[in-house]
Amino acid sequence: MLDDFFVRALVAGVGLAIIVGPLGCFIVWRRMAYFGDTMAHSALLGVALAYLFDINLIVGVFLVAALVSLALLLLQKRGALSTDALLGILSHSTLALGLVMVAFMTWVRIDLMGFLFGDILAVSRQDIVFIYLGGALILGLLIWLWRPLLAATVNAEIAEAEGLRPELSRLIFMLLMASVIAIAMKIVGILLITALLIIPAATARRFAMTPEQMAMMASAIGALSVIGGLFGSLRFDTPSGPSIVVAALVFFLLSLLHVRGLKKHAPSNDGKTT
Amino acid sequence: MIKPSGAAEALVEATGVGLRRAGRWLVSGVDLTVNPGEIVTLIGPNGSGKSTTAKIAVGIQKPDIGDVRRRPGLRIGYVPQKLTIDWTLPLTVERLMTLTGRYGAAEITRALEEVGIANFAKAEVQHLSGGEFQRALLARAMIGTPDLLVLDEPVQGVDFAGEVALYNLIREIRDRTGCGILLISHDLHVVMAETDTVVCLNGHVCCRGTPDSVVSSPEYLELFGSRAAETLAIYRHNHDHTHLPDGRIQHPDGSIHGGGHVHGDHAHCDHSSPQHDGADPGNGDIVQLADQKTRQTGNSPDKDSEAANAR
Repeated sequence: MLDDFFVRALVAGVGLAIIVGPLGCFIVWRRMAYFGDTMAHSALLGVALAYLFDINLIVGVFLVAALVSLALLLLQKRGALSTDALLGILSHSTLALGLVMVAFMTWVRIDLMGFLFGDILAVSRQDIVFIYLGGALILGLLIWLWRPLLAATVNAEIAEAEGLRPELSRLIFMLLMASVIAIAMKIVGILLITALLIIPAATARRFAMTPEQMAMMASAIGALSVIGGLFGSLRFDTPSGPSIVVAALVFFLLSLLHVRGLKKHAPSNDGKTT
Repeated sequence: MIKPSGAAEALVEATGVGLRRAGRWLVSGVDLTVNPGEIVTLIGPNGSGKSTTAKIAVGIQKPDIGDVRRRPGLRIGYVPQKLTIDWTLPLTVERLMTLTGRYGAAEITRALEEVGIANFAKAEVQHLSGGEFQRALLARAMIGTPDLLVLDEPVQGVDFAGEVALYNLIREIRDRTGCGILLISHDLHVVMAETDTVVCLNGHVCCRGTPDSVVSSPEYLELFGSRAAETLAIYRHNHDHTHLPDGRIQHPDGSIHGGGHVHGDHAHCDHSSPQHDGADPGNGDIVQLADQKTRQTGNSPDKDSEAANAR
């Protein structure tokens, strides 16, 4: 069954969507969309360095993304520039550095478009194994880290006062993000990873009552987007990565029709205490 | 009332702590101790370092100088001064209760019932009013039966009656669980009856002691102005008269009389009991009225009986 490139793409894409759903929720809750984008853009520098030092691509991307997030933490502590400006600097300078380095390395042929927009149809069996093993590890860590990370998201001071060590969970979360970007790069591409993180989470918000529900719904909506996008790209002969993002956008737009989330949800028996 | 026993180990003990930010000392040289079963209230003007001191005590901020010792294994429940929950995070009141620990449905219901918002269990926190949200935060902080509750302005956005009820609840929690409470408040009036120790801050500790001793200390008067202290004193003692050196009484209308007014007469004024002190303004007014009546009676009993006959 996995002989067929389309089936491999489906299996890989759905697996990825399930992993990024919960992480995407944290990105939305913590207002870190631009941060996710920055880490993703730095991936191209990781690719260039991986070719330069002849190491595994995914490892190279992971290391650079992790370094960028650490650099951000340090620069934030110095507090000279706003986080916004720092992210802008890191995001585009790492992307530009990567592009320049790739141009210098004339001895390797790099499919730049493949890295920028993904090449899900070229997914190999080995990639699938990597996605599912890596994904299981990431989700396992996330479940283990769930309560402190959520508490730190609601209020870092409460988490700190009540002994949940928000700084540590934040650091681990950033490493998880770096690994997800390393895995996702091949599937949707550097420029579209953030979309897969944010759009399903934003869609899930309209239906979820608890953070856990939202995380699971984001995974499910992401998986549906992958399936819809891949079949759409097959049907209309469109590029697969962007098609997946367009499918996710369609789900988001449909969710706007569902207005319950905008109504005040208050108990009707006000005054009558139970 | 559970009084802190001297033998018990202090929950938290800060000695000479100071915190510097951007070249300015936010607080310095602060000593603070909270014992089990003790309610310590930090008061002071805006920017006097109340929140900072509390954060140092619980370990959110590391002091630049000084030493903080917390009892090993100390469980803390914390209500921060500011907390906004992003709309993107779906969070029901029920789910908020298990933010930092696991609790069963029965525990959650009980905690919510205690603060009187059990009917909001399924509501999203973003839809609560300010007062309801403060109650939810208080329930969340106390659900894990902490050894130390740290409440940074826990009654903000709560109306006056609710404020009194919440402070009563805080005292009840202390009475029942024997936990220590570090309270930050800007209105000493309301918390006074519930407080064992008041620490008055203005970058450093201006004065400290029992509520009675603090409100009459010159440092407190200087910090809050004598006018504030007067209002407080009226609340506190329900006094509407001055004892002149020769033993006679001067009333606000300037009239002076001897005799008639002996202290036994207005024993219901009750200088010593904390129950009347500001905790219930209605009650305070009644006492004050009764006091005036006593005075009238003392002044001219005939008039009083005339009035009674007219009715």
